[in-house]
Parts: sequence; C-alpha cells; structure tokens
Amino acid sequence: MEISLSNINKQFGSFRALHNVDLTIKSGELIALLGPSGSGKTTLLRIIAGLEHADTGAVSFGGVDMADTPLRERQIGFVFQHYALFKHMTVRDNVSFGLSVRPRKKRPTNPEIRRRANELLELVQLVGLGDRYPHQLSGGQRQRVALARALAIEPRVLLLDEPFGALDAKVRKELRQWLRELHYKTGVTTIFVTHDQEEALELADRVVIMSQGAIAQAGTVDQVYEHPASPLVFDFLGNTNIIPATLAGGGLQVGGEIVARLADTTLTDGPVDIYVRPGDLRATSRHQAEGLMVQIRNVHRTGPVVRVIAGVVDADLDLTVELPHLHHDVTQFQVGVNLRLRLLLFSVFPRVQAATQSVARVKAPVLIGRERARA
Amino acid sequence: MSTVNPAVIARGALGSATTEAPWVRYMLVALALTFLAAFLLLPLVSVFTEALRNGLGTYVEALTDADALAAIKLTLIASAIAVPANLVFGVAAAWAITKFEFRGKTFLTTLIDLPFSVSPVVAGLVYVLMFGASGWARPLLDTTNIQIIFAVPGIVLATIFVTFPFVARELIPLMQEQGTDDEQAALSLGANGWQTFWHVTLPNVRWALLYGVLLCNARAMGEFGAVSVVSGHIRGKTNTMPLHVEILYNEYNFAAAFAVASLLAGLALLTLGLKSLLETRYGSELARRQKH
Repeated sequence: MEISLSNINKQFGSFRALHNVDLTIKSGELIALLGPSGSGKTTLLRIIAGLEHADTGAVSFGGVDMADTPLRERQIGFVFQHYALFKHMTVRDNVSFGLSVRPRKKRPTNPEIRRRANELLELVQLVGLGDRYPHQLSGGQRQRVALARALAIEPRVLLLDEPFGALDAKVRKELRQWLRELHYKTGVTTIFVTHDQEEALELADRVVIMSQGAIAQAGTVDQVYEHPASPLVFDFLGNTNIIPATLAGGGLQVGGEIVARLADTTLTDGPVDIYVRPGDLRATSRHQAEGLMVQIRNVHRTGPVVRVIAGVVDADLDLTVELPHLHHDVTQFQVGVNLRLRLLLFSVFPRVQAATQSVARVKAPVLIGRERARA
Repeated sequence: MSTVNPAVIARGALGSATTEAPWVRYMLVALALTFLAAFLLLPLVSVFTEALRNGLGTYVEALTDADALAAIKLTLIASAIAVPANLVFGVAAAWAITKFEFRGKTFLTTLIDLPFSVSPVVAGLVYVLMFGASGWARPLLDTTNIQIIFAVPGIVLATIFVTFPFVARELIPLMQEQGTDDEQAALSLGANGWQTFWHVTLPNVRWALLYGVLLCNARAMGEFGAVSVVSGHIRGKTNTMPLHVEILYNEYNFAAAFAVASLLAGLALLTLGLKSLLETRYGSELARRQKH
C-alpha cells in the first residue's frame, strides 16, 4: 500500500512538532524514521496511524485520503514500544483479538480464528507458547507476540514505534535480523521509528532523518551515509570528527598544508569544515603529499576496535581514529609517535555559524506528548 | 592477629546499614503493638463482650427486634443502591479523567474529592436545604408528591454523596499509570469503543475496582453523620444500623446497642479480611506497579 504524506503540520501548544512534511512511501518498502527525541518522528508515525491528527496536510493510503477514516478502520498494524499486550489474555487470545472483535458477519469461525492464530505464532516462532500469559514471556518474546497480533488483521501498513527500544542489546540485534526476514516473507509496507542510527541503517531500505519537525534527508542507506545532505545528518549517523579548514582552488588546507583535494566542487573558496568519521582515517606514508600531520596522544583497545586519540600538529584539535583490532596499521599507532593521516571518505560543508552546530550541541530537546510522559 | 576487618564488625553488630540495634527494634514494635491493642483491638473486643454480656438470648433478641430488622434492611437497601451507582459513576469518571483530554478536567478531579473534604454533616444539611420543608426544590416535590428528607430517598442520596470518591479514587491512579497504549492497540485492531472498554480497560482494573467497591460498601453501611441529618430517626422507618445503635445507646439499652454494633463491626472485619486477601493475591496490580 503506497502511503503519501503531503504538507503535514502539527503544533502542540507553542511547540512546532511537524513542519511541512512531505513523504511518499512505496508499497512494500521498509522505511526508518530516524531522529533525536523531539524531532517529530513518533508524532509523524502516530499521524499515519490515525492516533493523532495533523493540523493541516493530508495522509493517503493508496491514493485514498484518510482524513475521515478513524484509527479502527484504517487497518494498520501498530506495534508499541512497551508492547501494550493485553495482560489478562493468553498469547493466543492476544493474537486473535483483532479477528474476534470483528462484527459477526465478517468474523471467521472460532476454529478458523484458532488456526490463524496458530499460524501467526508459527510465523513469529512462538509455537507452544500460545497458552502462556504475557508476564510469563521475555521482552523479545512479548514484542514478537505484539507483532503477530498486529499482523493478524492483515494490515495494509505495519507501523512500529521504537519496537526494540526496551530490549537489551543482544536481543535487539536478533530481532532486527528477524524483522528483516519477516518483512521479506510478508512484504507488508513497514514504517518504524528509531533513534538508533545503527538500527535504522541495518534494517531499512530507506532512511528518513528528521530534525526539529522537518525531514533533514530521505534516501537509501548508502545515499544518506555516504552523501549526507547537511552537517546535522552527518553527525547524527555516527561519530564525527570536525576539522576546520580553508578551501582554496580545490585544495583543503589545514595550517598551510593540503589535507585533501576535491575533484569537482560547487563550494566557493573560503572557510569550511571537514566532517570525517573515526573509521575513515588511516595512517599513510609521511612523504605522501596530502594528509594531516598528527601526534598520537592515547590508544584504547576496546575489543574489536582500537580507538586512537590523535592531536593535530600546530592546531588545538584532537581527532578520534578507529581501526579494526587486527588492522596492519595498528602497530604504527603508538603513544607519542608523529604520523600522517589520510582521509578515506569525508564531507565538506561551508562554515556557517548555524550550520556547524552538531546534534550534541543543539539545545536540550523539547519533549512532547508521550515522550514527555515516558521521561 | 589483632587486626579485625572493620566491615565484619559492622555486619556482626548491626546486620545491615539500615537496621537499628535490637533493643530499639523491640521497643518500637512493642510501642506500636501496645498502641494498636489499646486503641483498636480492645474497643473491638469490648463491643463483642458487651453485646454478649447478658447471654446469647438477649443478643439474638436484640437483633431480631422489629426495629433492628428494619434498620438492617434499610442499611442493606441504601448500600444496594449507593454501591452500584457509585460503581458506575466511579468507573465513568475515572475513564473520562484518565483516557481523555478535555476542558475542566482538573475541576472534575477536585469535585470528586469534595465528599472527602466536606464534613458529612454539611453534606446532609445540603440535602435538607435543597429538599427540606423550605428547600428550593420543595414546590417540585410537592407537585410530584415525592418525599426525600426524612425518607429512604434522602438516606440513599446522602450515602451516595459520602461514598462517591471511593471507586473513582481507587481507579484514577491505576488507570493513569496504565496509560492509553492498550486502548489504542485495541482500537487499531478494529475493536469499537465498547469492546475496548469491556475487553481491555475493565479487565486491567478489575482488582482495583473490587477493592474500591469493598471500601465503598463498608463506608455506605457505616455512614452516620450525613444520614443522621436527613433521616429524622423514625424508628422502624428511617433508621439505619448506625442510627439504631445510637438510639439504643441513648436509651441505656447497652446490650442491644452493642449487639447491633457487633454486626457492623463484623462487617468491618469481613471487609478487612477480603481487602487483605486481595492485597496478598493481587498486590502488585493494586500497588500500581504492573506494567507490560
């Protein structure tokens, strides 16, 4: 089911939760709404579901405007962060709830409902747990029950609000894999909200990054990760080093030395910021023409990753470098050593006071509605 | 060998950091128990001993007296109307307050607490002022020939007023804690409002509801002040059990007064028993901690 949102605006009191949001989600797509607290991602999801109503703008499912269709008639599967399972019902009764509350004419027979519930329990790998109560299940199992319950009504769209937010790291990773497979099997158009960039990048076909009630960038994982549209997007998708530099004739200069060259650029010469991820910095020969001279200040070994703090020579700036622990460069990174760093992948943004603001430095997020209730 | 680990000393002498020395603990427990015995247990025991002082015959006689039976019947009628009414009102009020946003919500919440903060005597007087001989609703009552004050309807009204907060007060914090996720989930699955309420909201609060009803019932049967004002104390007609106890007592008929009082006390004990049973069995739900 294709979903299209046009010109959505939503205001909570004086707080602008959503501002002119336009988005089209193709049928069968698995899409992530990614953003920090208060960026409007959950509000957008709830507007698609019909749990909230936009002040202006239209939501349509397959070209049909949903303005007059209430939540219970939208045929959406909504999965809550805290599962919202009916705790006085068995797992099977939870799963079959959507079928058994149908009006008599459209309701399947009891054996048929039972058969469908068992089928769904098989799909979510919970065969044999049908007679248990939610409190007898683990967090991961509960979330799978919630998914099975949502899938029982054969939803046109599956909406998940931070589905793995309340689970521990290991279970979260397993469920991600599993949800990817489930989406592959069922093909239901799926939208999920997360503030975990790793989760969004690993799971989604397409990522929509939201900030302050607007879409900062929407694109495939590669598009947003390798070609971030703004410093904010770059910063939000992972750890970031920011190196102030000067652009002159295609060369990026730090302290008079050329660090890297831009093949073709639309940027005008002048002060810029280079954004580079810790994993995209590597040691290079000291005699290489381009690169950044640094002195190694500190080396932390953190299991799979070696994290190095390197001070830029002649500048008051520390960079973080990350290497896989078995990388052949690791031996070169010894405390006190001077070496030259090469920038494998980076983005350059003109230095504007406002544009250099990173997410970490944005003023405390404004919490709204349910997020405020949780906090 | 003379060095001793200070941590071991501390643990040996005091148990854990939050525990006091034994003599302090025993003294506190003894103090609490003495107080409870003197102010609660002793009076309760004396009610039963006084009731049975002149033998079982007098006790049964006092309870089977026509006026006593009428008082018991009236008390049962009043609570049989007041409790279900407050069950419905309380659930409706709690539902409105916790699941919806509307103007004047804080006012409504305050209003629910009003019967707790107003003296029951004042509550009774309000009804007298409204429906009494010179009350402003008098002309209406005269034309329809309905008697409220010094009659059963007044007693029922006063009882409803005084016991109104019990059910709502018990439900509101729990329902606030539970939020609206479950209801939204039910709606998204296609349930209508009534199905959502019946299959999701109500089961989520059932034990708290039962608890609220128990408390409401205990108060409805034991209410004295408000009922006393509107009742008129007509023997055999508008006397409830607490009023009957007072009349017998004022007539120096102690054995009979205590006999009827023992019934009320027995009811209180039964309520207390049921309440603790609920608490031990469904304590986690009543303590508003249950979450999933």
